[in-house]
Amino acid sequence: MSASSPEAAPASGRGLPGWFDPSPVFFGLIALLLAFVVLLPFGWLALFSLTDEKGAFSMENFSELGDPSLFLGPFVTTLGIALGVGVLACGVALPLAWLVSRTNVPFRRTLRGLIMTSFITPPFIGAVAWVLLAAPNSGLINQYYRALTGAGQFDRLVNIFSAEGIVFVMASYAFPYVFVLAANTLDRMPYDLEEASAILGGGRWHTLRRVTFPMVLPALLAGFLIAFLQAMTQFGTPAILALPAGFHVLTTKIWSLFQFPPRTHLAAACAIPMLFVTILLLRGEKFLLGRRGFTMIGGKAGAPQLTNLGLWRWPALTMALLVIVVTVLLPNLILIRASMLRTVSDAWTLDTITWDNVRLVFGLTHTRATLENTLITGVAAATAGTAFSVLVAYLTARRAVPGHRFLAFLATAPAAVPGIVLGVALFIGYTRPPFQLYGTLWILLLAFLTIEMPPAYQQMQAAFRGLNPELEDASRILGAGRLKSLTSIVAPLLKSSVAATWCFVFIGTIRELSATILLTTSNTKLVSVLIYDLNENGELGAIAVLGLVLMAVTAVVVVAANRLANVGQMAPGR
Amino acid sequence: MSTGPGTIHRRSVLAAAATLAAAPGRAQGTRPERAVLTPALVEAAKKEGKIAWYTADDLVLATKVAKTFEAKYGMIVQLERSGAERIYQRIGQEYSSNIHAVDVATTSDLGHCVTWRAAGLLEPFVPAEAAAWPEAAIAADGSFIVDKFTLVMAAYNSRLVKAEEAPKSWLDLLDPKWKGKLVKGHPGYSGAITNATYALSRLLGWEYFEKLAKQGVMQVQSATDPPMRLAQGERAIMADGAEVTAARLISQGAPLVLIYPVEGVPVVGVGSVLMRKAPRPAAARLFMHYLASSECQKINMEHGTRSFDPAMTEPASWTPLSKIKLLHNEPEALAREAEAVKKRYSQIFGV
Repeated sequence: MSASSPEAAPASGRGLPGWFDPSPVFFGLIALLLAFVVLLPFGWLALFSLTDEKGAFSMENFSELGDPSLFLGPFVTTLGIALGVGVLACGVALPLAWLVSRTNVPFRRTLRGLIMTSFITPPFIGAVAWVLLAAPNSGLINQYYRALTGAGQFDRLVNIFSAEGIVFVMASYAFPYVFVLAANTLDRMPYDLEEASAILGGGRWHTLRRVTFPMVLPALLAGFLIAFLQAMTQFGTPAILALPAGFHVLTTKIWSLFQFPPRTHLAAACAIPMLFVTILLLRGEKFLLGRRGFTMIGGKAGAPQLTNLGLWRWPALTMALLVIVVTVLLPNLILIRASMLRTVSDAWTLDTITWDNVRLVFGLTHTRATLENTLITGVAAATAGTAFSVLVAYLTARRAVPGHRFLAFLATAPAAVPGIVLGVALFIGYTRPPFQLYGTLWILLLAFLTIEMPPAYQQMQAAFRGLNPELEDASRILGAGRLKSLTSIVAPLLKSSVAATWCFVFIGTIRELSATILLTTSNTKLVSVLIYDLNENGELGAIAVLGLVLMAVTAVVVVAANRLANVGQMAPGR
Repeated sequence: MSTGPGTIHRRSVLAAAATLAAAPGRAQGTRPERAVLTPALVEAAKKEGKIAWYTADDLVLATKVAKTFEAKYGMIVQLERSGAERIYQRIGQEYSSNIHAVDVATTSDLGHCVTWRAAGLLEPFVPAEAAAWPEAAIAADGSFIVDKFTLVMAAYNSRLVKAEEAPKSWLDLLDPKWKGKLVKGHPGYSGAITNATYALSRLLGWEYFEKLAKQGVMQVQSATDPPMRLAQGERAIMADGAEVTAARLISQGAPLVLIYPVEGVPVVGVGSVLMRKAPRPAAARLFMHYLASSECQKINMEHGTRSFDPAMTEPASWTPLSKIKLLHNEPEALAREAEAVKKRYSQIFGV
């Protein structure tokens, strides 16, 4: 694939002690660190699941999993919900992606931008917003429904405290991921294949089915997988919506095992099936895609000709707007509304508007510290994670170290690990000597790095694939070490990919709750956990305030990061 | 302050204290001397500058107490508000990892105090401000003080339920007409609900909860949450919840009406402890003094908790304790039985 020779690195280190290149040592350390970070928690997890409280070998934990109320019930519920989310998210995202990418629907760019904004809403804030909107009695939608139809006092249109409600909320916050994958694939898809099909007499429907769809299939499968995995591993949404409805999903059940005295060994055993499901799904995806080789040929095709929808443009636009109104606009509006009401279900009048919620949130002594912690860990994880993924992606893309395959495996392995499982593993691994990190921000940083490593690595790897190695080779020939050519040649060229990855990781840390909930202490609390605590207290108005602040801060950081990357790109060039 | 209500209050407080039995004679150790607040302590505390308070109190009340303390002494209160059972979990988790972050803890499950005492985590400390409190509000060995108490009762939203239709007893909640209209707290998270579940399971039997579970109850966590959901109109009736939050919401104009069920009302003693390994020992002691002070007791009462301080007068709008049949749990019994209670409850309610 690349012309860069794998022998180059060792040769420069061994043969010429005079100008010693520190790169191999440095890269070796990176590999070691990665192996350590990924493998240690899993060693503990496996060990704990196979031992009892006294540390003796025991299969007892696994035999307890047969108990329907402990494991089997929540497990089946979880899989059902995840399946629903996968299907719904794809069902919404795919047509939308097609509309904005391949048709002449009006305002395509704006639509795309608006869908992207829903990324910054963490699902647990979305879940609270939907409680405000669709709780069976106090929810605004049901209030309007009763007022409009004259239905009885306790009649309702929708009930968010239900499995269907959970599927809906989770899909609302998972579909943008599917959308981005599908839209990007459709963007890159060469038009000539479809054209060929048309020339050969394939009708529009035939072309869509036999040409377009198969080419989108990999993205669709990947999207389904992302939505499914997010739904299976999420903690916040089910904790807010499933517990009031009187049922557990697996993540909430595992969390409940940490009630004092914690049943860590049993929690470890409960976590392992989740791990297997994830690995199975990832393998399944590979299997399906591996057999169908729909490689897109020739990236240099002309700009795709857009499908002319004719008058159907307008209904299509309406549909797209409807999705945006429901998933982005309504939840944010209801949060703004609730942030100013003492009792969140009240009507909005001069008498009911209050600053109480704002006062309560900023009256809490640790609100500021919590926001700071969130920013510190978010920025640190984004920076370290991006740097790490650039390095690892570089090493694997250029095959710069022996064992680069193993490195790639390590960087993607955490994808198989649900957040709460990682939380359990890190909790076990870092609450005891020799690495006692519980109670510090480091353990959170480690968690975020591990969780965000696979997507960050995949993004950077894709970016490296598009980069011709001849530029680096030139710099290496002129005497620069790998490290030097990486920092001064490669990094500047990949600036926008780096910025995108950075933002992705940052937003990922803001959205994380399932590992975080197990790993924070009072001194290392994050906004996500504070929101969860406020929910436990029923302070929905205060959550609205805090949620809006968090999203505003996230937006500012993301915009600033992109600006910085762009400014940097212009400045040294001219 | 007229003598009339004051006397009544004093008598009912003593009755409540007796039901609490926080200080049974068999507790080990002797009570330490009452500690007097000295300028030296204030100085030392200010040098430490900060105090970490983990509390199960109602969030608004706890914030107010923290703010007032901060303003008075120019120190920072790191407030950690959560359900009592989560506080207990957190402290357990932190201590088993050798993290000693908490100075003072306040819990609505006195069983926790008993367990912590047995584990040697507590430093006996009786502030002089509590001198006039009934004997029973202070542990025999001084390892915890019951600086407030609340009740777990039912309530209804007067916009959704007519007064004449409202339930009057716990058993009334089992009427099919309330199906899908109830909200309640969870003993896995809330100390107050642990208290109530234990007391009611003995009074009415677990059959009561088995039947209640079939009523389509909305299950929330903290005992402070059901009154909030009730005020929002999310449910018409609260099957259990803390009087403190309900009283505060009523004072803010929420359409809540309290029900003190005729079978009896669980009393929830709220205990505060000084941790032996408190990282800021002087600040922690100063804060204990403050919790017992009349100033703080007054704030508590303004926010809806009941007080053992005989100098306090309950608002005239409150139902006096003398008119309520109180149910009590011994802290030792709570410490012993809470695990089984929570487990049984989870089995019945599925969460």
